[in-house]
Amino acid sequence: MSVATDLLHAHNEAEETDIKMSGRGVNVFYGEKQALFDVDLDITENRVISLIGPSGCGKSTFLRCLNRMNDTIDICRVTGDILLEGQDIYDKSIDVVELRARVGMVFQKPNPFPKSIYENVAYGPRIHGMTRTKDELDELVTKSLRRAGLWEEVKDRLDQPGTGLSGGQQQRLCIARAIATKPEVLLMDEPCSALDPIATAIIEELIDELREKFTIVIVTHSMQQAARVSQKTAFFHLGKLIEEGSTEQIFTNPTDKRTQDYITGRIG
Amino acid sequence: MANAPSEHIVRSYEDELTELTRAISEMGGMVEVAISNATQALIGVDHELASKTAKADKAVDDMQRYIDEKAVSMIARRQPMAGDLRHIVSAIHVANDLERIGDIAKNLARRTKHIDSQRVSKQLYNGVRHMSDLCLSQIKRSLDSFTLRDSAIALDVCRQDDEVDALYISLFREFLTYMMEDPRNITDCTHLLFCAKNLERAGDHATNIAEAAYYLETGENLYYDIESGKVQLN
Repeated sequence: MSVATDLLHAHNEAEETDIKMSGRGVNVFYGEKQALFDVDLDITENRVISLIGPSGCGKSTFLRCLNRMNDTIDICRVTGDILLEGQDIYDKSIDVVELRARVGMVFQKPNPFPKSIYENVAYGPRIHGMTRTKDELDELVTKSLRRAGLWEEVKDRLDQPGTGLSGGQQQRLCIARAIATKPEVLLMDEPCSALDPIATAIIEELIDELREKFTIVIVTHSMQQAARVSQKTAFFHLGKLIEEGSTEQIFTNPTDKRTQDYITGRIG
Repeated sequence: MANAPSEHIVRSYEDELTELTRAISEMGGMVEVAISNATQALIGVDHELASKTAKADKAVDDMQRYIDEKAVSMIARRQPMAGDLRHIVSAIHVANDLERIGDIAKNLARRTKHIDSQRVSKQLYNGVRHMSDLCLSQIKRSLDSFTLRDSAIALDVCRQDDEVDALYISLFREFLTYMMEDPRNITDCTHLLFCAKNLERAGDHATNIAEAAYYLETGENLYYDIESGKVQLN
């Protein structure tokens, strides 16, 4: 067989990968209102998974369950299991602060602390006691900024405020801050929605590099972005997980009509 | 059904997709007329019709360029997904196959002037006519499968291709016998043999169109589905 036919056939084989996190029968309620219904979803290690769906479909709610950000909302109640390497993260023995260090998050709007660039990145490792000496902390900050693709642009002005950077740089600073605590999973809630196409491309390139070390879950409204950055895609609609599969399958041949209608921009 | 097309939110997008299908239908119609006229010109030794048919091929070529440009522009501006993406990609494929069938019609028409109708037995012409009828029905049904998004018709077209091949082989033998009988028949029979071969190729293009229609509706590659036993042709 030719190289092309080999590739075609290899492509059809199922990939064997480890499950990093998974949701089992997850229901979320905001007071009386149920926002998520019985969601089962596996998140594979060192892969990027996109959560897509119309506004209010529950994708961000599901994302926030993964590091218990929903705990900050008083009326929010979560049932079912969310497992991180087989361990239920809603178990009483789990330290939420430690959990959030393992499962980091980047938000829609870049939200650097009103501190220097250096302090933005150093903050997490310091409160988690991850480094012993100033040199170790310096190294970790440098490494995180490098990995976030920001180092060259800020190395000469680490003492200046993070809020003085451009939007795209601020978002990369937030990514550097999130990865400084060496999380295993990185959650991104529409990380590029406030950025221009070039800054978006830089973040997307970064996501591709980061998945070697991290497992990434990204919520995005841009179908094209989901198609570009992720290997798996899950489609949510009215609080239910409708369909999940390889990104290629979802965007060329979705099985559910609701998925088809949503991604092609039709009235469902 | 994942493919039952419902309305697009952006109406101009919907209109463009409809226009693409309409253009394919129009081009298909042009090609059917071309094959039919070319065969008629050949059998009736109608030089005028032959020349008209050969000239008409330019319009088919223009139509293909039109469809290509439309498709490329839609990919660039709309970033089509799922069923829409398959719609546009298969339209490009189908337009390409139709253009090739158009070339075949032109070639058939041009052979009219090389054949000495006085010498050739009408029976041989019948073989070519039969071949042409069968191909036309294949082309027509492959286009139906595309515009109706009906994979059952598409499969039927693929199944029927064996019949076209069998007819070609039987014509080949017939021409051979005729040539052996009288070497003065060789020139005419060779031309007619080429006509038959070309029509057989046109049948293959109809099969390609059916495959594109199958992909359009199911999102699956017909060859893999046959290989994996999901679909049986025979």
